[in-house]
Amino acid sequence: MHHVTLERWSRGTSALHRRDPRAKTAALLTFLVVVAMTRSHLLAASVAWLAWLCLAAAWARLPLGGVLARAALVLPFGMVFAAVSWAAGDPEHAGSLLIKSYLSAAAVLVLAGTTPVPQFLNGLERSGVPRFLLMVVQFLYRYLFVISEEAQHMRTAARSRGASVGGIVAHRARFRAAGGALAVLFARSYARAEEIHRAMMARGFEGHFQPLGTFRFVAADAVFLLVAVPAPLVIRLLVEKAVP
Amino acid sequence: MHIPDGFLAAPVWAGLDAAAVPAVGYMVRRAQQGFAETRAPLLGVMGAFVFAAQMINFPVGVGTSGHLVGGALLAYTLGPAAASVVMTAILAIQALVFQDGGILALGANVLNMAVVGVWAAYLPFRLWGGGRGRKWALFTGAMLSVLASALLAIAELVVSGVKLPFPVLVVSVVLFLVSAALEGAITVVVMEALETVQPDFVHRPAAGRPYAASALAITAVLLAAVGILFASTHPDGLMSLAGAAGIAGRARPLVSSPLADYELRFFSGPWPRKAAAGIAGLLLIYAVCAMVGRWVSRSRSA
Amino acid sequence: MTPLVEVRGLRYRYGDGTVALLGPNGSGKTTFVLHLNGLLTGEGEIDVCGTRMTAASAPAIRRKVGLVFQDSESQLFMPTVLEDVAFGPLNLGFSAAEAEKQAREALARVGMAGAAGRAPYHLSAGEKKRVAIAGILAMEPEILVLDEPTTYLDPPSQQSLAALLRELPQAKILVTHDTAFARVLCGRAVFFRDGLIAGEGRLDDVIRQFAWE
Repeated sequence: MHHVTLERWSRGTSALHRRDPRAKTAALLTFLVVVAMTRSHLLAASVAWLAWLCLAAAWARLPLGGVLARAALVLPFGMVFAAVSWAAGDPEHAGSLLIKSYLSAAAVLVLAGTTPVPQFLNGLERSGVPRFLLMVVQFLYRYLFVISEEAQHMRTAARSRGASVGGIVAHRARFRAAGGALAVLFARSYARAEEIHRAMMARGFEGHFQPLGTFRFVAADAVFLLVAVPAPLVIRLLVEKAVP
Repeated sequence: MHIPDGFLAAPVWAGLDAAAVPAVGYMVRRAQQGFAETRAPLLGVMGAFVFAAQMINFPVGVGTSGHLVGGALLAYTLGPAAASVVMTAILAIQALVFQDGGILALGANVLNMAVVGVWAAYLPFRLWGGGRGRKWALFTGAMLSVLASALLAIAELVVSGVKLPFPVLVVSVVLFLVSAALEGAITVVVMEALETVQPDFVHRPAAGRPYAASALAITAVLLAAVGILFASTHPDGLMSLAGAAGIAGRARPLVSSPLADYELRFFSGPWPRKAAAGIAGLLLIYAVCAMVGRWVSRSRSA
Repeated sequence: MTPLVEVRGLRYRYGDGTVALLGPNGSGKTTFVLHLNGLLTGEGEIDVCGTRMTAASAPAIRRKVGLVFQDSESQLFMPTVLEDVAFGPLNLGFSAAEAEKQAREALARVGMAGAAGRAPYHLSAGEKKRVAIAGILAMEPEILVLDEPTTYLDPPSQQSLAALLRELPQAKILVTHDTAFARVLCGRAVFFRDGLIAGEGRLDDVIRQFAWE
């Protein structure tokens, strides 16, 4: 599954993995903003930006092909709009949609592939994002695949009894059965949440989650920040100078 | 529908990101009143449930498929503020881990689906969910949830300059209506099944609420969204329609409202002007939603 | 719908060894066990380790009674193994550094020292059970209560679990359907039926008395 691959990538040990998540997030955001605000020289700059991302991925020892392929997940959505733009006589806009969405996805992948989600959330918490929200995200992520697996089991069980859970069905009975299955999944999830609550209480939970990991912002992080944050803009300016 | 990065114009994504921050902050505070930090795991797990449920695809048309969005279901079982927080968490994970939706566009997606989507579902439920029309309240709420978020997304795209010729627009709206109806049907069926499986999940709001004013507000919100959409793409179309219907003369004062011809004085150049006017229109919609929401909750405690 | 459990005069001391709680599903074994650390409260009195169970004393008692739930997936709710095992110590007021140290020690004791950075989702059932036990051990309890620990475990994992439990010095209470597993570890047993304790005594005697095999 997608998640598992990304999980695995994110637990690597390269220098990029070890950087403070806040620094990496800042670098990502500036990259995204610079790309988003670029209109002229887009194609040339994009080649340079893509090279920059590939460099980062290589430094992080991420599989290049994998990253580039996963980023392409955004393209189908863009294709429709791009096709419409092209047909309406604006091929530049069509290209822009595809290029920008692809580059952004690739950049996010580099962050996600070098930062485990809990660390990323930790960085967000120390940047002022409300803890309650982050805890919800943390638990969502933790149980995402547990519950998806349960859903898969239910689908398989239903299919082996002749139902097709995945079709838009004319028969009310089958529709109801699918709704019933979702209700059961809901109830199971709720029951699991209560189990978790009991497990938390059993280990002395008093109402506040205490963070364990502390990232110290070290010199290497400062250097990274100074290089990675301005880089997309510098690249853009260089491209503008080089390409008439 | 999750908008990726690269589609929205800078004032649009930046403005919506800025608007999303206080909106989410407000939802978090409200959700915490009902759920102390101890309950964060519950919300997280229910978010995982919706996520898992979203992975089941229901074919909607040629080459497109829909799925349970879940905003309505969450609103009905957890309450709207908690539902907004859960949907925000879902959208964040989708953007970060699944590349479904952009990061800069997260504000827009959050406002569309986690805020408007959830509260648009909750209003009919709050008003009519306690009485005999309960099934319809659930259905309408869920439909409204998907429809409102989809229309807003389209509006944001159009305002950002993404080309949407009329036929494509019509096809999209038809698809949205089908997905919305599907969401309504699924939500109703799941809620009914839940009542058998675990009755204490399901809220039963007090019956007999005055609904005329709120129905008007909801309709106004939807019309505004659709109106901005059409006006942005086909101002000429609208004018010629008006002429054909013989009200061209009267159309003038109608159009010279504060956002006349979507012109705002302090922007030079046509594109920023249009976009800024579009944003103002969108913010107006959100403000109306917020006001109606506060009115409903105040009359609830009355 | 919670079955009532009535316990009169049930007393256990260290010398009694590991106790097995046997009985049909729904007979109240898990309900009983949830009373031992105050997660459930009912009428009557419970004294644990010499302390009367009250709302005020429950937190302290919870530290002494370590409960390992049947479903490890719900018990290992933190994103990484280390964070999960450190959850207990952190709640007890230890600093992050101390909590981490205790967590690592506990992981070493159950033989899972290398798993500290891993996500619980990827562990096998046997590994999850060990980490769950580590999470409890990190709180330094006096009593270990395990609810159906062999569910989801294949025979080799069951054997390593039995070996691990035998090494641990704490008094142990084992809710189990697995009489073979009980035989390896337990000297005494209590038999539950319909929310009441129907009998107690030596394990073999109880099994024979209730034809529980």
